[in-house]
Amino acid sequence: MAKMDKKKKRLMIRGAILLIMMAAIIFALTSKKETKVLAVGDKAPNFELLDMNGEKVKLSDYEGQGVFLNFWGTWCPPCKKEMPYIEEHSKEFTKKGVQVLSVNIGESEFKVDTFINQYGLTFPVMIDKNKSVSRNSYNVVPLPTTMLIDKNGIIKKIVTREMSEAEIVSLMESIQPE
Amino acid sequence: MSKFKCQCGHENPFGTVLCEKCGRPLTDEAQKSEMVDMRYEGSARRSQTYKKTIIDKIWNFFSSVKVGVSIIIAVLSTSSIGTIFPQKFYVPVSGNDPSEYLEYYERLYGTVGKLYYQLGFYDMYNSWWFKILIGMLGTSIIIASLDRVIPLYKSLKKQRTKRHPSFMKRQRIYGESDIADSDESLEKAQKALKDLHYKVKVEDGAILAEKNRFGRWGPYINHIGLIIFLLGVLMRGIPGFYVDETMWIREGETREIPGAPGYLLENIDFSVETYSKEESNAVFGEAIEKNGSIVKEFKSDVKLYKEKEGSLPGSADVEFLKEYPIIVNKPLKFDGYSIFQMDYKIGELKTMKFTLMNKKTEKSLGEFTIDLNEPAKDYDLGNGSSIELMEYYADYDGIVDGQPSSKSPIPNNPAFIFNMKTPDHPDGEKSFVAIRQTLEVEPNDYEAKFMSAETRDASGLTIRKDKTLYILLLGGIVFMIGVIQGSYWQHRRIWIQKGTGSEMLIAAHTNKNWYTLKKDLDKVKEVAALPTYTDKQDKDAVIDTTEGETN
Repeated sequence: MAKMDKKKKRLMIRGAILLIMMAAIIFALTSKKETKVLAVGDKAPNFELLDMNGEKVKLSDYEGQGVFLNFWGTWCPPCKKEMPYIEEHSKEFTKKGVQVLSVNIGESEFKVDTFINQYGLTFPVMIDKNKSVSRNSYNVVPLPTTMLIDKNGIIKKIVTREMSEAEIVSLMESIQPE
Repeated sequence: MSKFKCQCGHENPFGTVLCEKCGRPLTDEAQKSEMVDMRYEGSARRSQTYKKTIIDKIWNFFSSVKVGVSIIIAVLSTSSIGTIFPQKFYVPVSGNDPSEYLEYYERLYGTVGKLYYQLGFYDMYNSWWFKILIGMLGTSIIIASLDRVIPLYKSLKKQRTKRHPSFMKRQRIYGESDIADSDESLEKAQKALKDLHYKVKVEDGAILAEKNRFGRWGPYINHIGLIIFLLGVLMRGIPGFYVDETMWIREGETREIPGAPGYLLENIDFSVETYSKEESNAVFGEAIEKNGSIVKEFKSDVKLYKEKEGSLPGSADVEFLKEYPIIVNKPLKFDGYSIFQMDYKIGELKTMKFTLMNKKTEKSLGEFTIDLNEPAKDYDLGNGSSIELMEYYADYDGIVDGQPSSKSPIPNNPAFIFNMKTPDHPDGEKSFVAIRQTLEVEPNDYEAKFMSAETRDASGLTIRKDKTLYILLLGGIVFMIGVIQGSYWQHRRIWIQKGTGSEMLIAAHTNKNWYTLKKDLDKVKEVAALPTYTDKQDKDAVIDTTEGETN
C-alpha cells in the first residue's frame, strides 16, 4: 500500500510541475505588452474634462442615462459629415435619457469654437488637451470614433467610422434606458 | 518490479547501476565492465524508473539530455535566424498594415525577404513557437535537473564507508597488495588525509576520505540561475513590471506619458548644441571644419507633473513634481521610470507674424502674431485697426466640397481667413491668406503681409521601466556561482580498506582533475605503506600530466 501512495505522490508532483510549466508558457503567450484596447462589454473609463463654458463634465455624472460619446477633430471630413445629424437628434434623445458628449482631440479653442458656431452644436463639447482621455484611457485611433455607453456605464458598441443618420438614430435608441 | 535488492541487503530503486550502499555492480553490463560509470554515482535516474502514465512519459521526454540538447540547438539556430534581417520593431512602417511589412521586406531583401516575412521570422522573438521553445527549454532544465540531483544527493548521502571489493576494483584508480601492518597503515593514512583537508570516515577497517562534495552541485545551482533568469523575462508580461514606450512631444505641449499612467510631461524646450571651433583644440577644429558641425548635446528641458490622487483622466488637477534637463544617457528618473532622449524633429511652425499694410502706400498699420497651436480670435492693432481671425486651417489642403480644408491638426501649411478692420473699412475686408497665396473676394485696399515665422521643435523620448532587472541580475549571479562552484572544486574520494588476510585495497575517484587526486594519493603513500595503484585510463602507466580532464 505504501508503494501505491508513493506512486501517487510522484505522479502528483510531476503533474504539478508540468502544470506550472504549462501555465508559464500560456502566460508568456497571452501576456502582451501593448496597451489594453477597450472592448464592447467593458466599463467605460471615467474622465473629467472642461466644456467650452469652462464647466466640468464627468462621465459618471450621467450614470443612469445612455451616453453617446463621440471623438472627433475639425480636420476630419467624416466627422464633419455626421455632426449635423448628431446635433439634430441629440435634442429629442436628451429627453429620452440619452446624452451626447463630444470630445475634440486636442485642438485649439479657436478651431473648436468656430466649429461649434458653424454647426450650431448644443451638446457639451470638450477639448482633450493632453490627449489623456482619447489616447490613454480610450485608445482612440481612427476618427471619428463613437462609443455607446448604456445606463450602467458599460460600452455597448464601438463605431470607428462615419455613421449615417439612420444609424445614429438606431444607435441612440439602443442605449436608451427604459 | 520497483525495488532491487542487493546482496548486502539494501533495497535499491529500479534502474540502479551500483548499489547505493555498498557499491556492488547490479546490472549485467556493470558486472562485466572493468570500470564503472560513476556519473550520478550509478544511481537510478528517476526518469528511468517507470514508463506508465502520460505524465510519466512527458516527464521522461523532458528528462532526456538528448532532448535538452536538441532544444538548445533549436533555440540557438532560430535565434540567429532572427538576426539576419531587422525585426518588425525596427522596421520604419507606420500603422499595422501587414501588407506594408511584406512590401518592405520584399523591396529591401527580395524573395528571401518575402520568405522571411511569410515564415514569421520578422517578429520572431514574439512568435508563439519561439515562446513555446523557450518554455520547453525551461521545462527541460527543471525536469532534467530534478531527475538527476535528487538521486545523486541521496546516494552521496547514503554511501557507506566500506564498499564492496567489486566496487573498488571497478574504479579508475585502483591498487591492491599485501601490507605488513595494515592497521598502522590505516592509522597513518587517516592522519595524512586529514592533513590534506579531507573529511575522513572510518568504519570496520575501512577509510573513506572525501573532499569538496559541494562541487557536485555546481551544474544544478547554475540551472537554478537560468530558471531565475527565465522567470524574470516571463515577469515582463505582468502589467507594471516592464515598460518600453516612445512618445513625441512638441515644445510647449503637455502630454500624458505612455506607459506611466497618471504622469504628465511638459516639453519646455528642445535644443541641439554643437561644438564650436573656438572651444576645441587644433585637431578637433580641423575635424569640425571637415565634417561641418558636430553635435555636443541633445537636450529636452521638461517638467514632470502627476495627476492628483483620485483625480480623473482629463482633469487639469495636477501637481508639479520636478523640472529636469534630459540629455542623452542622463534620463529623467521617477517612480521606477526613466525617460531617455532618443530623437528630435526641428522646424515645425509655431507662430506667424503678419503686418497689416495698405497696398498702395505700403504703410503698415501694425503687426500681429498668430500662435498656430492656440490662435486667438481678435488681434487689436490700435488706432482703430484690428484683425478678426475668421477661420484657420492648420494643414491647408485645397478646396474640398467648396470649402477650404485642413488634412491634419499639425501646422504644416497654415492658411487663414482674415477680416481686416481699418478706419477706412470699419466693417472689414475679407482675405484668404495661405503660404505664398492670397485670395480676395473683391480687391482690397489692405493686405495682411507675412513677415516672419517662429518654429518649434519636438523631442522623441523613450519611456523605460524594468522591475525585472534585479531578478535578471540575481539569475546571472546565481548562474556564475554555479559555474565557479562546478569548475574550481573537484569532488575527490579515496577509499582504503583491508581485504582478505593481509591484503589492502585502495581506490579513488574524482569528477575532474585526476592529476591532483593522484598527487594527493602520492602524498599519503609517502607516510603510510599502501598498495601501488594504477590509473586505468593513463596509457603510459606512468604518472603523467593529464590536465584538462573533465567528467
